[in-house]
Amino acid sequence: MISRRQLVAGAGAVLALPSARAIAQAGPIRIGMLTVKSGALAAGGRQMEDGFRLFLSERANRIAGREVAFMVADTGGQPALAKTRAQELVQRAGVHVVVGPVAAFEALAINDYLQEAGVPFLCASAAAEDLTQRRINPWFVRTSSTSAQPCHPLGEYVARDLGYKRVVTIADDFAFGQEQTAGFQRAFVASGGTVVRKLWSPLNVADYGSYIAQIGEPDAVFAAFAGANGLRFLRQYAEYGLKQKIPIIGAMTTVDEGVLHSMGDEALGIVSAGWYSAALPGDANRRFVTELRKETGVDPGFYSAGAYSAGLALENALQNIDGKVEDKQAFMAALRKVEIADDPRGPWRLDSYGNPIQNIYIRKTERKGGRLVNTVVKTYENVSQFWTYNAEAFLSAPVYSRNDPTKL
Amino acid sequence: MKPLLVLVVAAAAMPLLLPGEFYLAIATQVLVYGLFAVSVNLIAGYCGMVSLGHAAFLGISGYAFALLSVGAGWPIWAATTAALGLTSLTGAMFGLVALRTSGLSFLMITLALGQIVWGIAFRYVDLTNGENGISLPRPDGVLLHGTGLYYLCLAVTAGCMLFVTVLTRSPLGAAMQGVRDQPRRMSTLGYDVWAIRYVSYVLSALLAAASGILYMLTFRFISPHALSLTVSSEAVLMVIAGGLGTTFGPLLGAALVVLLKNVASAYTDRWPTLLGLIFLFIIVVVPEGLLPGARRLLGALKARVVAPDNIGANLTRASRIEGARQ
Repeated sequence: MISRRQLVAGAGAVLALPSARAIAQAGPIRIGMLTVKSGALAAGGRQMEDGFRLFLSERANRIAGREVAFMVADTGGQPALAKTRAQELVQRAGVHVVVGPVAAFEALAINDYLQEAGVPFLCASAAAEDLTQRRINPWFVRTSSTSAQPCHPLGEYVARDLGYKRVVTIADDFAFGQEQTAGFQRAFVASGGTVVRKLWSPLNVADYGSYIAQIGEPDAVFAAFAGANGLRFLRQYAEYGLKQKIPIIGAMTTVDEGVLHSMGDEALGIVSAGWYSAALPGDANRRFVTELRKETGVDPGFYSAGAYSAGLALENALQNIDGKVEDKQAFMAALRKVEIADDPRGPWRLDSYGNPIQNIYIRKTERKGGRLVNTVVKTYENVSQFWTYNAEAFLSAPVYSRNDPTKL
Repeated sequence: MKPLLVLVVAAAAMPLLLPGEFYLAIATQVLVYGLFAVSVNLIAGYCGMVSLGHAAFLGISGYAFALLSVGAGWPIWAATTAALGLTSLTGAMFGLVALRTSGLSFLMITLALGQIVWGIAFRYVDLTNGENGISLPRPDGVLLHGTGLYYLCLAVTAGCMLFVTVLTRSPLGAAMQGVRDQPRRMSTLGYDVWAIRYVSYVLSALLAAASGILYMLTFRFISPHALSLTVSSEAVLMVIAGGLGTTFGPLLGAALVVLLKNVASAYTDRWPTLLGLIFLFIIVVVPEGLLPGARRLLGALKARVVAPDNIGANLTRASRIEGARQ
């Protein structure tokens, strides 16, 4: 049982907290990262952390002349836990900015909370369309892309440059896969192609055989998978002997560098689109790839590149306000105006919705120097999340899903 | 009664005792998941039916509350009533299906029903917004601050626990426990075993619905993850860890799981393993659950302290209760 004296002491400690926090203001810039260290999404979470840690170590743990205190919280890939972890970072650790999380549903679960708390939210991975479209949070900016952003140019490229007219799509049956497929479908159909059939496989499906059997005989197959699913699908696709007959068009994460190193010949020749490739020319990227390979032994992909860019964005914004991260309004305003010229992925800037306008690269998987790489074959410059469409018209339509734009 | 009084005072003074908003949010979560575990305990602990689909009720209630209060703009009380009613109705329908079986088959049927509801939440995008989920806007009034929310959750959870306690001491509660221990004998005695199970199943769904509304108010976001098998099975684990068929066991189990998930994960990446090891420890050392297990161990300790020939006269209250239960 707690005595009255202890109770009074406890209450005193509670009252003393705000002043302790005020003293800490002159301390380091506190950056909190929400990542996933356990469960199915752990691989992406680890790569994201690697990318950001590389940025910090390159800067000797200082941004804009100030020390950085970096803390990492594990969400377990569960929305409810992500919310608690975000609360922990904000209320207990008092972070100035939250970086992360991996999955769209985590970002959506904490978006409202961070908006109310008025905490800058620098999203390095989660690609949910609506975060920078229909559910705008003024405290939110993103350094990756929307799900469909690379898929719009890919749709056009497949119809016009590759000349495929009939395509079957297959994707992970969750928001990310659905939005990627919808974006591809919209641009592909607009360029004269036909989507014959859309197949959806559950995230944790054990066997792709029954889905591969439904593909039929189209000109090509569009495959949008995340994590290790791309690896398993491509392997089985090759085993079924379809690889030589029907070419695969991949979304960015299907042949992401994060899993590409585990793949073999089944990945050769796949054409995909993304805002990054480890094989990009340019000094910034060469340095980034070399340094990250030293740390992890493999090429950086979606998650590492997105997190590294988040570091660059932070640096850019903080330098513009002399490191005064405590002035939240000024910091956020600077963050929304971020323009990076020497990012490993190439130049990018944020649109007025907080999503990057960036180059989209059409890539072809090849074997070079004994390892698989995504060689860039064509560049679409300065692609926005709305592609060539009018932003207002785009936003008045429902968000991309299984049945939008067209049910099949 | 003295420990109970201490507990009530401690719970009421919690916002003063905890050193910050974050810890109060954790305490609130313990109450939300605790109430959910209480609902599972009502059928698993007192009526002998373990369900692996209970998250469906939490989810239906949460979704109904969110859709009615945000989508349709109903006032909070109306949305609450409707969510509770709808979930009870679903429970009444599911009960008709699930209670055609018992034991392992009941487990599988409830699992199947839970997965059906999860599938609907996942696929019926027009209604539920699929994986992107539904957010609840910031509430006004007393719920704006963590303290108000904490007291609301405390009041509801305490009220529901009181209800369960009164229920289990009523003739119906005695009949439920009879059905749990000796269904055939109860049937021979003229009790309608099916009806008793059915009533407790629907009541349990109602309690889960209450926890669903608290869940919605606490997290202000719901997606199909809230209805997943993980949530259902975690609740069963909470009940088993805390003590099946005890009043405070589910709450203790919920506290254990929530604290491990939220506090331990700040120190180690291997917290799921830690959670598994702790459950293993519980099963090996106190298989009846933490609460009854602690009572038993304390009783054994006391018995060893007093002279051996006095054991009979000095039976502790706890071990007497233990004796009465067996």
